[in-house]
Amino acid sequence: MTPLLSVQNLKTYFLMDEGVVKAVDGVTFDVHAGQVFGIVGESGCGKSVTMKAVLRIVEPPGKIVNGQILLNRAKQNGASDVIDLAQLDANSKAMRDIRGAEIALIPQEPMASFSPVHTVGDQIIEAIMLHQDVNKREARKIALQQFKDVGIPIPEQRLDEYSWQLSGGLRQRAIIAMALSCNPRLLIADEPTTAVDVTTQAQVLRLLRRLQEQRNAAIIFITHDLGVIAQMASYVMVMYLGLVMEQGSVDDIFHAPKHPYTQALLRSIPTINMTPRLNLPTISGSIPHPFNKPRGCPFHPRCEKSIAGKCDARVPALKPIGEKQLVSCFLYHDAEVSS
Amino acid sequence: MTNRPITQSPNRLLEVKNLKKYFPIRKGFFRTTIGNVRAVDDVSFFINAGETLGLVGESGCGKTTASRCILRALVPTSGEMIFRTKEGASADLAKLSRAQLRPLRPQMQMIFQDPYGSLNPRMTLFDIVGEPMYVNGMTNRKERVERVAELLRLVGLRPEYMQRYPHAFSGGQRQRIGIARALSVNPRLVVADEPVSALDVSVQAQILNLMLDLQKRLNLTYLFVAHNLSVVRHICDRVAVMYVGKIVEMANTLELYAAPKHPYTAALMSAVPVADPRIKTGNVELKGEVPSPANPPSGCYFHPRCEFAAEVCRKDAPAFREITPNHFVSCHRADELRLPGIG
Ligand SMILES: Nc1ncnc2c1ncn2[C@@H]1O[C@H](COP(=O)(O)OP(=O)(O)OP(=O)(O)O)[C@@H](O)[C@H]1O
Ligand SMILES: Nc1ncnc2c1ncn2[C@@H]1O[C@H](COP(=O)(O)OP(=O)(O)OP(=O)(O)O)[C@@H](O)[C@H]1O
Ligand code: SF4
Ligand SMILES: [Mg+2]
Ligand SMILES: [Mg+2]
Repeated sequence: MTPLLSVQNLKTYFLMDEGVVKAVDGVTFDVHAGQVFGIVGESGCGKSVTMKAVLRIVEPPGKIVNGQILLNRAKQNGASDVIDLAQLDANSKAMRDIRGAEIALIPQEPMASFSPVHTVGDQIIEAIMLHQDVNKREARKIALQQFKDVGIPIPEQRLDEYSWQLSGGLRQRAIIAMALSCNPRLLIADEPTTAVDVTTQAQVLRLLRRLQEQRNAAIIFITHDLGVIAQMASYVMVMYLGLVMEQGSVDDIFHAPKHPYTQALLRSIPTINMTPRLNLPTISGSIPHPFNKPRGCPFHPRCEKSIAGKCDARVPALKPIGEKQLVSCFLYHDAEVSS
Repeated sequence: MTNRPITQSPNRLLEVKNLKKYFPIRKGFFRTTIGNVRAVDDVSFFINAGETLGLVGESGCGKTTASRCILRALVPTSGEMIFRTKEGASADLAKLSRAQLRPLRPQMQMIFQDPYGSLNPRMTLFDIVGEPMYVNGMTNRKERVERVAELLRLVGLRPEYMQRYPHAFSGGQRQRIGIARALSVNPRLVVADEPVSALDVSVQAQILNLMLDLQKRLNLTYLFVAHNLSVVRHICDRVAVMYVGKIVEMANTLELYAAPKHPYTAALMSAVPVADPRIKTGNVELKGEVPSPANPPSGCYFHPRCEFAAEVCRKDAPAFREITPNHFVSCHRADELRLPGIG
C-alpha cells in the first residue's frame, strides 16, 4: 500500500553565524492512512522541525537541504498522485492548498493557534472559506458542527468568544476543531496535551482517537511523554539528535525495544507498577549541544554497548530487523549511512 | 515565639490545621473587595520527620499557594502551621512576625520548577550557593568556599565549576545548583514545587535519584508538589490530593493508588497514561471543567462532576475525616463506594 506520507532522508539545517544546527539530519519514515504515528524523543531532538519541514513552515535561517516529502493525494478515480512537498515553493498556491486542508497542524505553542484580536469563530470561518467553496453562513454552520463534534458545551456562544476567554481544556478543543474543520487526511499534533492537566489530557486523547476512527485520518502525534505514546500510538518513531534511532509497532517499542537509547529511555521512567523509591537507571552524560554533535552514532558517547572503532566512527543506517521494526544500531547490522 | 508542648505524635515535623489563603478580588476606583479567590480553603494535613508528602491536583487547585504559605512567602488568611523547630520547640508559623521567623527560615527551604528562571544569571555558582550561608551568618569567605565545594560534590557537580555562571549549564545541572542552594543552610523541611516537571525524562531520573539519596543521607523531609502521578508514586511516602483549594484525600501512597476512597482521586488515577500499551487507561471519563476557586459550587466542591453525587452532596460540605487509620477523605459516600485504583 502506498503510504499517505513518505519522508525520505530529510535534512533540515539552521545555518547560523555560530555554526550549523543539523536539526533534522536524515530522517526517513512512512505514515499510513488510519494510523496514529507517534514520535518520541527528548527536547531538541528535531521532532517539531521535522513536522515544520513537512508543512514547509520552517523559519529562516532553517532550510531543507536534502530529502523528499512525498504526499499521496488520492484522486477521485482512485488513482494515486504523489507529490514531493520538498520541491514546492513554500508560499506557492499548491502548498497553501495543502496546508490546513490536507495536512492540518495542532502547534506546540497553543497561543500560536489563535490571534487574540479576533473571535475563535471568525478565525475558523475564515480558514474554512479559504479552503472550501462555501459562503460565510455555511462556513459558520460547519464551524458550529466542529465545535459540537469536539464536545464544546454551548458552542454557539463559544464561537463568538476570544481564545483568551476559554479555559485551557476548551481552548485545546477549539484548536482541534479548527485543525479538523477542513477534514484533513493527516493531522499533525505537536505536544497537544503538554499544557493541560491529566484529566483534560485524557479527554483530549479520547477525542483525537474517536475522530481518527470516525474519519480514518492519520495522526502524527508528537510527545516526550512515553505514557501518552503508549496509550495513543499504533506505530512509534524514536528520535535522538536529529536522527531516527528506532521505529516499530507500539508493542515492539515498549515490549521488545532494540535500540540502546530506546531501552535506556524506557528504564529511566518511574512506572505505576514498580517498587517505589529504588534508584532509577539513568543514561550517563547529557544530550550534547547541537553545535557539538558527536561523530559516528549520535548516541555512542552515552551508550553502554558502544563498539569502539565502529560506533564512534560511522553512522549506522536505519534498517529493518523484524516485520515492522527498524533500528539504526551496529549491534543489529552493519549498514552505515553513506556520506 | 509561641512555644507550647507538642500535642501530636513526636514524629510530626509540621502540622497544618484549617489553613486558608484567600486572595481578595477588588474592583472599581475604591478597590472595594467584591469577592475572594479561595486558593487554599480550609486544609489540614501533617508531615512526619524524614518522610515525603506528595501534594497533587490539577492546575490552580492551590498547591503552590499552600506551599508558599508554609514557607511564609505568603501570609495565611487564617489557620495554624505548627512547626517543630530544631531545638524541639513548637512554633506556629502562621502567627510569627518577620523577626520571629528569621531564625527559623534556614530550616525550611524551597526547590523551584523552572531551572532557567530561578537562578540569577549574573551570579556565579559560588554566589548562588553561598549567598544563603552569608545571609545566615557565615561571613568567612574561605569557610564558604569549602562548604560550597562540598555541596556541589554532594549534588554531583564539580567544585571547579564554582566560578561559572548558570547559562553554562544544562537544565538538569541547573536543577542540581538549585538543590545545592536550598541545602546550603541545612534545612530540615524542603518544599519542592514541581522540581522535575520541566526536565526531560532521562534528566528527571537523575534528579529523582539525587533527591532520594540526599533524603537518606541528610534525613530531609520533603513536601513534593507535582502533577505526574507516576513520579509521585515513586518518590512519596504519603500523598495528599487537592481539588479547588481543599484536600479531598490523604493516605499512604500505595494504599491511595490501589484503593482510592474519593471519586476525584479515582478519576485522577484513571487518567494516568500508563507507559505500557497492553494496559489501557483513561476508562473513567471526568466530564466538565474544574470550577473557579472564586465561585466554588455548594456542598462538596466535586459534586457537579461526580458520578456518585447524591442529594446530601449538593447541600453539605463533607468533613475531612479519618476513615481507616491514616487514611483521610472528605466524601459523604466514602464508606460505601468501591472505587478502582491502579498499580
Ligand atoms: N529557529 C531556529 N533557529 C535555530 N535553531 C533552531 C530553530 N528551531 C529549532 N532549532 C534547533 O533545532 C533542533 C531541533 O529543534 P525542535 O524544535 O525540532 O526540537 P523538538 O524535538 O521539537 O524539542 P521539544 O521537545 O523541546 O519541542 C534544536 O537543537 C533547536 O535548538
Ligand atoms: N497572587 C494571587 N492573586 C490572586 N489569585 C491568585 C494569586 N496566586 C494564586 N492565585 C489563584 O489561586 C488559585 C491557586 O493557585 P496556585 O498557583 O496555588 O495553584 P497550583 O495548584 O499551584 O497550580 P499549578 O499546577 O498550575 O501550578 C488559582 O486560581 C490562582 O489563579
Ligand atoms: S461527596 Fe458526593 S459529590 Fe463529593 S465526591 Fe463524594 S460522592 Fe461525589
Ligand atoms: Mg517541539
Ligand atoms: Mg503551582
